[in-house]
Amino acid sequence: MKPKLTKIIGWNLLMIAACAITLYPVLWVIKMALTPSQAFSLSPNPFPDTVSLSNFKDLFFAKDLAGNWLFGHWLFNSVVVSVATTALGVTFATTAAYAFSRFVFPGKKIGMTLFLVTQMFPGVVMAIPLYLLLDTMGLLDSMVGLTLVYSTTAVPFCVWMMKGYFDTIPKDLEEAAIMDGAGRWTIFAKVILPLARPALVVTALFSFMTAWNEFILAATFLSNETSFTLPVALQRYVGDYSTEWGRFAAGAIVVSVPVMALFFALQRHLVGGLTAGGVKG
Amino acid sequence: MKPKPVTKIKAIPWLLAFVALLLVAVPASSDAQVPIKLWHSYRGAEREALDRLAQEFTKQNPNWPVEPLAVPYDAFANKLTSAIPRGHGPDVFIAAHERLGDWVLAGLLAPLPADETFDAFFDTTVEALTWDETKYGYPLAFKSLALFVRDDLLKGNAPKTTDELIQTCERLAKEGLQGKSTNPCIAWEAGSFYHHGPWLFGFGGGVFDSDGNPVLNRPENQDSLQFISDLTNKGFLPQEPTSALVTQLFEEGHTPMAINGPWFIGELSPDLPYSVHPIPSVSKTGLPSTPFLTVEGALVSSKSNNMEGAIKLARFLAVEGAAPRLSVAKQAVAYKQAFETAEAIDPIVKQFAAMVESTVPMPNVPVMRAVWEPGSRALRAVLRGATTPEAALKSADQQISIATRPAPSAANPMPLLLGLAVLAIGALIWAAKRMRSGDVWMQMKSAKHAYLFLAPAAVATAVLVFVPFTVGTAVALFSHHQGTFTYVGFANFINILGSTDYSITDPLSFWFTLAVTIMWTVVNVFLHVTIGVALALVLRHPWMKLRGIYRALLIVPWAVPNYITALIWKGMFHKQFGAINGLLAAIGLEPVSWFSHFWTSFAANVTTNTWLGFPFMMVITLGALQSIPAELEEAAEVDGASPVQRFFAVTLPMLKPALLPAVILGGVWTFNMFNIIFLVSGGEPDGATEILISEAYRWAFTRQEQYGYAAAYATLIFLFLLAWSMASSRIQRRSA
Repeated sequence: MKPKLTKIIGWNLLMIAACAITLYPVLWVIKMALTPSQAFSLSPNPFPDTVSLSNFKDLFFAKDLAGNWLFGHWLFNSVVVSVATTALGVTFATTAAYAFSRFVFPGKKIGMTLFLVTQMFPGVVMAIPLYLLLDTMGLLDSMVGLTLVYSTTAVPFCVWMMKGYFDTIPKDLEEAAIMDGAGRWTIFAKVILPLARPALVVTALFSFMTAWNEFILAATFLSNETSFTLPVALQRYVGDYSTEWGRFAAGAIVVSVPVMALFFALQRHLVGGLTAGGVKG
Repeated sequence: MKPKPVTKIKAIPWLLAFVALLLVAVPASSDAQVPIKLWHSYRGAEREALDRLAQEFTKQNPNWPVEPLAVPYDAFANKLTSAIPRGHGPDVFIAAHERLGDWVLAGLLAPLPADETFDAFFDTTVEALTWDETKYGYPLAFKSLALFVRDDLLKGNAPKTTDELIQTCERLAKEGLQGKSTNPCIAWEAGSFYHHGPWLFGFGGGVFDSDGNPVLNRPENQDSLQFISDLTNKGFLPQEPTSALVTQLFEEGHTPMAINGPWFIGELSPDLPYSVHPIPSVSKTGLPSTPFLTVEGALVSSKSNNMEGAIKLARFLAVEGAAPRLSVAKQAVAYKQAFETAEAIDPIVKQFAAMVESTVPMPNVPVMRAVWEPGSRALRAVLRGATTPEAALKSADQQISIATRPAPSAANPMPLLLGLAVLAIGALIWAAKRMRSGDVWMQMKSAKHAYLFLAPAAVATAVLVFVPFTVGTAVALFSHHQGTFTYVGFANFINILGSTDYSITDPLSFWFTLAVTIMWTVVNVFLHVTIGVALALVLRHPWMKLRGIYRALLIVPWAVPNYITALIWKGMFHKQFGAINGLLAAIGLEPVSWFSHFWTSFAANVTTNTWLGFPFMMVITLGALQSIPAELEEAAEVDGASPVQRFFAVTLPMLKPALLPAVILGGVWTFNMFNIIFLVSGGEPDGATEILISEAYRWAFTRQEQYGYAAAYATLIFLFLLAWSMASSRIQRRSA
């Protein structure tokens, strides 16, 4: 059922306005990234006067004393940590959420609450104890340690999110599968997960971003330039007295483009889902 | 000739011999090569110069290869205090002298050899790195404020006194170009106590009394505040002067004079015609306006396992490294001779160096760190005309005395330990009873699948979240003073909850902050959900042909690191130069001084955070909408339900299971959304828009490192959120 043309145009205009408001502050980031000066731009005009790629070049071609191509290392580390966090986080979260959604067992309620509670721990108190813990486990300056920390940061939200979605999936589907003699794991992997695709996309994106943007813990745990992640390298442009805004902005763009690309690639999974069978408009 | 193939059996003795050799050789070679870890937070040319010096030192001392590491400034201090005591820290690190006292008292620094002479360095720089008559670092470079003058804009000489400064400003105002509120004649970060230093000393005041206690409220300091207030009222000094604004005004020629430090050089275009001069002396007193001096030193870690090499490197950087640092990195170096031997000396650096003897080293006593925040608050209160200098300084003194109050007396931990033991035993007995009496064990056995599904997440979270949290929370029962923790029982909690320091209605009291935090959370979550759901509902229609693009564009605020976007929003809210007031002016409204009033400041924070937060709710809703069978809505439409009815009767209830966790967790995250408060309003006015987490941060890092007190704040945040979530889940169940 298609609405009237005027209505379509009206809604589109509204969305264009929403996008414009959303993008207005971001234009400054782009302007600063393209301007060779390192000053913070305050003029109301968000379009660059001069265009130069020098800030991007500084970021891309940074080398350390041993001649290592630092940007390559940073990007690689960031991708490895973020992808591993996503994989681990989503695995942890889907299994746990399935247990919470489909089983009755002693400790269920308190377990759910405990996961929620972890999100209430203010980061201020966590950094130093985590440092001591990772040190004891020998995972201080390693991607493994960082991945573990990030995935546990992301898991509680993902568990809650997935459980909420699992709850909306009708139970008859599983009951039918049980009738057919399928085991719990088979049902989980073959019936539930494919149906939960939209929620999987959301949790995957969330886990990925948790790891992709974090820098305080990474900067505290990592002590080797080639093991830094991109945001740590980016945060170095912020100084004691002044900040190299041009380079910071260039880095911010480099950091955000993959997230947008990922979202763009995944968003078709956000539509579809259970609408099959319904009359499409 | 081909080598004869070695048979396996024959090879074994050789292999053994080789392994034996390795075993002998490994300690020998590690004895020969001990790397020296050098941490710093230098960037750009300073970093290049340092890297080159590190290579040079390695070449001269092949057994001590230097491994430099540039650590982000924000994480530097924290990283040092966690890494050094555990032996993962650097051997040498470069840092400003400001925290020297803290570090010495915490045992992080090794004293330099007593026979070392420091005559070759500027006296003030050596003094800055001295604690209790012991030298703790080789001075590398110094930084202080000076007067920058645009030679092309300011005709005549740079003002030497404040009278001349005012005359210059009046002349410029009359001549037309300058003096208008958008064209101030001088700019500096007037709301920062560090930048106010010169006037403090110029008017004959200061920070410490003769006993070494910080006392800000005295007539001389009041005069200095009155002075900047007058300059602002006359339009000579811009309103809400942030560092970004100062750079822009000076760079674009809106103001011919600025007061700033050597880092300013890097922010200005290289071809800008300017020179550097001493800050005008104060005519009223005839005293020079001496700025604070920051000295960067090469400090040696007390835990270095190569003390000899570390000291040698620190010395090398300060002495042999001085000339290259001066010519390549344009550092104002502390080693005097470098000014004669360096190949090329930037004239601006020379002008800075000429002023070094007329500076005051910034105090390196820990108590000074409790002064910056209240001092800056007093300045900002006076600048926006909210209060008199006397009242502002009086309130600053009160805040300082609270931040430096004596730690609660040590308590006996036995009662608590006993209590915990009793509780633990009680819990065990209760659990055992339940296990035996009911059929809990049977239930658990039959639900073993559930536990298997749950195990990975539960184990990981228990180890990596609950363990550190318990440790971190336990700190709340201690008081931290200069590296040592003392058990004080519940004194921190009693102090916070009882509002012992501030009355309940004071913006800095726990209860006031709690109320602001709750309001902050409710308003934000409401806006996030409303906007996010509304956009998602529009974006799911297939007839929105461009919806893929809209969706991708609308998540941009979530994707860009919020550190930079928050600061852009802060700039947009600037009173004189911000885009938002520009917009208001365009439609004929008065400009708003956003950060001067509680509600406008709060609104600025909320706007920024709403912008940041709605994409997340939009994405969640887009996902959740997919679980709603289209038939349901179609059916409602056929039944004649209006779009609003359809939304509340069909769509919203179906969204609830997925949206509810997002709302609860979104609430928790917003409650602890530190970045926005810290970067946008910074707590202005007078700390009123501060939320609990940013207060906790300030107690931990800007008020004498009261980690115990900060942990108590954090624990209260946790308990509050816990209580709230339990209450809300009870309400939910009742309504269900």
